[in-house]
Amino acid sequence: MRVEGVAVELGGRLVLDDVHLQVARGELVGLIGPNGAGKTTLLRSILGLVPTVAGRVLINGQPTRAGRNNVGYVPQRHEFAWDFPISVEDVVMSGRTGALGLFRRPKQADWAAVGDALDRVRMNDLRQRPVGELSGGQRQRVLVARALALQPSTLLLDEPFTGLDMPTQELLSELFMSLARDDRAVLMTTHDLASALYSCDRLALLNRTVVAAGRPDELTEAQVWMDCFGVGETSPLLRILELAR
Amino acid sequence: MSPIDFFLDLINPDLSFLPKALLIAVMSSIVCGVIGTYVVLRGMAFIGDAVAHAVFPGLAVAFVISGNLVLGGTIAGVLTAVLVALFSQNRRLKEDSIIGVFFVAAFALGIVVISQAPGYAGSLQQFLFGSITGIPDEDLFVVGGTGLVILLVAFLLHKELVAITLDREMARSMGVKVFWLDIVLYVLVTLAVVISVQTIGNILVLALLITPAAAARLLTDRLGVMMLLAPVIGAASALVGLYVSWSWDLPTGGTIVLVLTAAFLLAWVFAPRHGVLARRRPRSAARAASPAANAPAFAGQ
Repeated sequence: MRVEGVAVELGGRLVLDDVHLQVARGELVGLIGPNGAGKTTLLRSILGLVPTVAGRVLINGQPTRAGRNNVGYVPQRHEFAWDFPISVEDVVMSGRTGALGLFRRPKQADWAAVGDALDRVRMNDLRQRPVGELSGGQRQRVLVARALALQPSTLLLDEPFTGLDMPTQELLSELFMSLARDDRAVLMTTHDLASALYSCDRLALLNRTVVAAGRPDELTEAQVWMDCFGVGETSPLLRILELAR
Repeated sequence: MSPIDFFLDLINPDLSFLPKALLIAVMSSIVCGVIGTYVVLRGMAFIGDAVAHAVFPGLAVAFVISGNLVLGGTIAGVLTAVLVALFSQNRRLKEDSIIGVFFVAAFALGIVVISQAPGYAGSLQQFLFGSITGIPDEDLFVVGGTGLVILLVAFLLHKELVAITLDREMARSMGVKVFWLDIVLYVLVTLAVVISVQTIGNILVLALLITPAAAARLLTDRLGVMMLLAPVIGAASALVGLYVSWSWDLPTGGTIVLVLTAAFLLAWVFAPRHGVLARRRPRSAARAASPAANAPAFAGQ
């Protein structure tokens, strides 16, 4: 997955400018930045959902296009209607809606893909359960399975840790790492620096553009973090970073 | 009046309007029950209300020029639905404000138009509150045919309609045409409303759309079951409502809605898992009824 000089304008404001980013298969990359830095917008432009005013996004060498690009997307948990009366496996199957196309019903191969996805996130035992009865961590895993039902080579995760406790976050981190090891390019936005430093192969600091990118142990310079987040040198953020090392 | 007398009246050739009214009420309840399920799950009851009111000017125009009521109502309802969908693309105003503007405007237009017709007070009352007399035979076919088309379209687009309700952003990312599916759903709601207006009336038709689906939602956590239950509740209420209104000489539309409301309240109290009584059970009993949500231990590979 390659982002090459992408710029995005929303409501006349330049939200992203000259963004360059690459995520290779087998790699888990964390996208870090303050609120309003354009993290979600970057994910949406990778999906082909927002028009870019400059640059391009390539998935497996092809320009991105919504519904045509073999990218699995895991939106923030609150985007989903959890009060809908539907079972876990049907939600995962809904991830294949676009691939199935109009007027087509799921076939055996589709159910096999759903079964694989549920296995992958260890939710097969709960496949019949109504989604409204799941815990936060289970819900997140259902959304990941829904994205995996497409068997994508690239996976985008938007704030998967928000509102989850530490043990759940750790289990999810391990899942994301193992998904990347299975020859997928995984890009995840997160506010959770500790998890990101621990689990991601590389980090990209985003604030309208990619301020810095590299392995967690390469991003040691305090100035870079201060620039990205717009904080001073006494910020607790910097102390957390030092503790994490 | 006993149910047997009601049945005898139904087959009495002098009262031929009665079985027609029953058939139309039951058919429209079934269609409204299915479409209402989407409306309730989308949380777009207000749009249903808007469309219900918006068909009024179309009915009025058709009435004044002696045209086809179903056609007139459909054109007006669809026009309003499309206007709402278009205007709500503007992010400065929320959808409910747009709806508030257009549906009252449409209703006002209907009142102005129908005031031009002779004998307008009687026909106004008929439109607003429904009537079981004076239904032409051809309406049976119009309502039946339209109802079948509505159900067929919903069946064919079911998976997409569910996908855009679950998660619009994800649906977009999969290349699902969210905007067009919204319009299709609005049109389906409009058609369901139009074919139901005849017996139950313009103001009360919203109940046929919302109440059975809402009651069904309380009774089940399965979408398929909900989509079967809602039309059953609607049709049964239409039957009971017509019987009660015929026996005691009460207005039909109002009686059907009150029966529906009673069904909803029963579901509210007695629903097996989400009802008031079920929640009151001691916690231990509730826990025994549903196995604890213990996920298997989870580890990456």
